[in-house]
Amino acid sequence: MRLPCPCCGWRDLREFTYKGAADALHRPAPDDASGWDDHLHNRTNPAGETRDLWYHDPCGTWVCVTRDTVTHAVISGVPLEGAR
Amino acid sequence: MIKLKETSAVAQLRLPTLTGCTLRALPPVRITSIAPYPGQMDALRAHLGGFPAPGEVVTLQGTDLVWAGRDLAFAFGADLPDGLDAFCALCDQSDGWCGFALEGAGAGALLARRLPFDLREMTAPASARSVLDHLPVLVVRRSSDRFEIWVWRSMVQSALARL
Amino acid sequence: MKRRDTGGSALNRARKLGFSFDGRALTGVEGDTLASSLLANGVRLCGRSFKYHRPRGVMTAGSEEPNALMEVLRDGAWHPNIRATMQELHQGLNARAQNCWPSVQCDVMAVNDLLSPFLGAGFYYKTFMWPRAFWEGLYEPLIRRAAGLGRLPQSHQGAPHEKAFAFCDLLVIGSGPAGLMAALVAAKAGADVILCEEDRQMGGRILSDMAQIDGGAGADWAAGVLAELESLPNVRLMPRTSVFGAYDGGVYGALERVSLHMTAPGRTPRECYWRITAKRTILATGALERPIAHPDNDRPGTMLLGAIASYWHRFAVDPGRVVVFGNNDHALAKARALAADGMDIRAYIDPREVSADTPFKTYQGEVIGTRGRHGLHSVTLRHQGREIRLDADTLALSGGWNPSLHLACHMNGRPVWDEGIAAFVPRDAMVPGLQVVGAAAGIFSTHGALDSGARAAMQALDALGMHATPPDLPQSEDTPYAITPLWQVQARGRAWLDFANDVTTKDVAQAAREGFVSVEHMKRYTTQGMAPDQGKSSNMGALAVLADATGGSIPGTGTTTFRPPFVPVSIAALGAGGYGPSFAPQRFTTSDAQTRKMGAPMIEAGLWYRPSHFPRAGDRDWRCACNRETLHVRHAVGVCDVSTLGKIDVQGPDAARFLDFVYTNTMSSLKPGRVRYGLMLREDGHVMDDGTCARLSGQHFLITTTTAAAGEVMRHLDFVQQAYCADWAVRLISVTEAWAQCTIAGPLADELLGHLLGDLPDLPFMGCAPVTVGGVDARLFRISFSGERGYELAVPARYGADLYRHLVALAEGLGGGAYGMEALNVLRIEKGFVTHAEIDGRVTAFDLGLQGMLSQKKDFIGRAASQRPRLTGPTRLQLVGLRAVDPQSEITAGAHLYPGDKPAKAAYGQGHVTSVCYSPTLDSWLGLALVENGRARHGETLRLDDGLRGIRADVEICNPVFFDPEGGRMRD
Ligand SMILES: [Zn+2]
Repeated sequence: MRLPCPCCGWRDLREFTYKGAADALHRPAPDDASGWDDHLHNRTNPAGETRDLWYHDPCGTWVCVTRDTVTHAVISGVPLEGAR
Repeated sequence: MIKLKETSAVAQLRLPTLTGCTLRALPPVRITSIAPYPGQMDALRAHLGGFPAPGEVVTLQGTDLVWAGRDLAFAFGADLPDGLDAFCALCDQSDGWCGFALEGAGAGALLARRLPFDLREMTAPASARSVLDHLPVLVVRRSSDRFEIWVWRSMVQSALARL
Repeated sequence: MKRRDTGGSALNRARKLGFSFDGRALTGVEGDTLASSLLANGVRLCGRSFKYHRPRGVMTAGSEEPNALMEVLRDGAWHPNIRATMQELHQGLNARAQNCWPSVQCDVMAVNDLLSPFLGAGFYYKTFMWPRAFWEGLYEPLIRRAAGLGRLPQSHQGAPHEKAFAFCDLLVIGSGPAGLMAALVAAKAGADVILCEEDRQMGGRILSDMAQIDGGAGADWAAGVLAELESLPNVRLMPRTSVFGAYDGGVYGALERVSLHMTAPGRTPRECYWRITAKRTILATGALERPIAHPDNDRPGTMLLGAIASYWHRFAVDPGRVVVFGNNDHALAKARALAADGMDIRAYIDPREVSADTPFKTYQGEVIGTRGRHGLHSVTLRHQGREIRLDADTLALSGGWNPSLHLACHMNGRPVWDEGIAAFVPRDAMVPGLQVVGAAAGIFSTHGALDSGARAAMQALDALGMHATPPDLPQSEDTPYAITPLWQVQARGRAWLDFANDVTTKDVAQAAREGFVSVEHMKRYTTQGMAPDQGKSSNMGALAVLADATGGSIPGTGTTTFRPPFVPVSIAALGAGGYGPSFAPQRFTTSDAQTRKMGAPMIEAGLWYRPSHFPRAGDRDWRCACNRETLHVRHAVGVCDVSTLGKIDVQGPDAARFLDFVYTNTMSSLKPGRVRYGLMLREDGHVMDDGTCARLSGQHFLITTTTAAAGEVMRHLDFVQQAYCADWAVRLISVTEAWAQCTIAGPLADELLGHLLGDLPDLPFMGCAPVTVGGVDARLFRISFSGERGYELAVPARYGADLYRHLVALAEGLGGGAYGMEALNVLRIEKGFVTHAEIDGRVTAFDLGLQGMLSQKKDFIGRAASQRPRLTGPTRLQLVGLRAVDPQSEITAGAHLYPGDKPAKAAYGQGHVTSVCYSPTLDSWLGLALVENGRARHGETLRLDDGLRGIRADVEICNPVFFDPEGGRMRD
């Protein structure tokens, strides 16, 4: 598997660390209890297009990757500023 | 009063003999990391005379600015102008890294076998961050058959074993 | 079988090679494979099958070989399942038949063959299911002994293997006419091309047939193309390289046999495991010939027709009297060509009507049996209702051709049935960026191969943004191919499908009768296709027989799933560079050499190597040293290298604001020159790490992490910064490697530092200051992980070795000395300081008694979740101290705790022990533990039970701070 780093271009999977779904980008308000439940634990697990977060360890860039869980196609990788 | 002595991380090491290229340790050099703050890139470029985009090496009066990561460049060599810290974080990294020069007609082929990225995309001068097995490296391509490989001081022995 | 006097394009007859098979000394020549040399020596019987131990001989000339699997002595150990067709002969090669005892001629397990009526499909499933209690004691060892082909070498000390990466514009897999043409077109247009070929020689089927290209021998054309490719700098030719898997993103796994053909390879890697990343790929892997399932079709001497041609042309093996049994036009054409070249072809048998214009006799009919104990003597055929017996040395089968489309299906693509060639062919775009050409695509003529190779190369160039003019194709045959499928001959006797695993047509029919009508179920029930060859020459036949048995169509029945690897790959190759010291990088501190000189055993901590303890003459065991070092710190002064702690430099106008966000407590209120203990949570409310935060100046902080969590914390901080506050003016960089840092701890710490610095700055507890040490700018922190008055002194790493030497000498001069990890652990347990033994990913700040560090005045990472009801309160496991009721009774970490009157069962568990030590300071075994509602239970006694080590003891729950609970020793 190869993923696009916005700084380094397409790189081998071994250079990345996986975090999880891009849901992590949206922090609920501090007192939104059910929002935090969803944020921490509920995931949609789509068959098809999904967005998740990967750290390109060599350069220190977090990447929001859009890929397809059915075809395995990796569609894009953008820095987090552009991902929200 | 004592005087502290320096110890080289590489002087005692036996460098591997490679075919088609030579490997030698680079002398210690002053390395300063430069990390521009958000929105300060243009000001920094103006003040410094340039700043490398990802994968670039910019040479300014004896100092090489080598792209070294996200929002990060390493300045190799001489002193930097004063007043930079208004635009960026500066940090001395001289003791954290050890460099090796890999030179010769076979250097590119040897590195290409070991590194998990497409070395053909590095047109000298260029820099890249990657891993040598699980070991972080900064690769600088000076010319088509001359590379510099920078690794963390504590991992020098492991790095050599992987070349 | 014997060697012909002339011919053999692969051979260098001038060089004879001595080798041994089953202890017999034999001679081959340079260029031979083990299989070709055995055949040339008249050896037909070369192994036994898996289940019935039937005699087996060479059947193919390639990597698909199901029969000729043998053991080869290599690097002092016998390696099993070596395909004789792929093992190149070298001087001194030592091979033996496998799966037989005492010898391949006389194998006692062949009795299984007589029992075959009882050992049919599903035998294991039916027999070994009950009684259940017999499984572990009887059935499993029994099956283990009988199962498997060959035996693995028992030593794990492997010969060297290598792994490597390669990148290219175009990867061409296979070097037959289609592959060569594709590589040539792309290379001439300037693309970086890698051409992989399994065989030692490039050329594919051109080397084995008589195809004419451009009016000359096909082999001459191939040689010309190869010479041209070799001269181009943008081409890499990789012979002896099997591409075995297609993966996401244009990544292909390939196995290169680097030195397996050498007599004395020394330290040359045996194999190299390549990961090739290609922008485009052309699959030109040709096709595999099918055998025909007729009774007794497994007798040694039965071979595929294409293989016989290959051995004839390349290796000059004369198969003697040959009977050919085919069902397609290629078979007849090939028989004619071989006869014209001098092969003694006695008859051609085909169920179709065959023209009589041949130099050999032809029969319309089928082969219904063979004879010969260890090798074929005669062939029985059915012709116009009569049985005819023909004497023969070799029976050549050709049941048609299966395109080698495996790699195209590795990403779950399903091939499509082509009625015209009675075979599955690939669809378009089954693997992104991969095109299939030539026979692999079901295009069987030479012209078709050249044409499809050239077209695919043009398309690939177009996709790469490169341009070329279409090449002029060389002249070659373009004869059509016709076949009438013949999946099984209806006659008495067992007809084999899977030769390696002994699966017959009857087994498949029986599986269908018993309800295993899905091809995936039939495969598992019969073990069809599950041998090392993965059914390359038999899966097609088996599913046709299954379709017949179920009354379904072949495309309706479908294929099993194609998965990597296409050929067997040794674990040693996959694990190349991944064991021993290369398993993970090793990190050495600047004090490493000095520490080892002092005789300290080193232990791994993360990737780092750190001293366990410093033995001295007269020490009874490591604990003597540990006690001494602990007491040095308590009574004099100790020195320890703590450079392995993660150090992160945090700078910028928003640095304080950022640290407030990532730590639970407030760092913005910290004054320059001061240090604060800090706690970081994960967003789910659990503790991630702890460490110190020093404010060096207004906008400049230095934070530390634990050794083990340094990487995780750096990733986390980068995430928080890039995800939530990318516009804040703060920058982080690791300085772990730039600084060497040593602890100086103990009542005499100030005295030691006075000697070193001359002028010791008046630092308060948790203060920091720049100092000069031996002419070097350094940083001094007054912090303590031991509970004693203590400092950490940091210098640039190049001075670390010398600093450590000086510190140890000064400490020894004051009656102290260096201390290692064991003493460090004792010191911190005596003080109740936690490490990742306690911060195990499941504890909260509340659990550790650190709830007071959760600021109520600000948001921080993990704040919302840390307030959830179930993450606090009496149901939580809370940090406590444990004291052995009998102070000299050993307690162990990992032990579980139970009420004294209850059995050691999970239902009664009260918690577990996280860390223990023997405290020389308090003369007692001490522990830290996580105990349910523990803070409210100080004074209670529990039973400690370590079932693994057989240790039981009574322990009293107490305050985790055993020593100097007021902290006066480190503070004042
Ligand atoms: Zn990157």
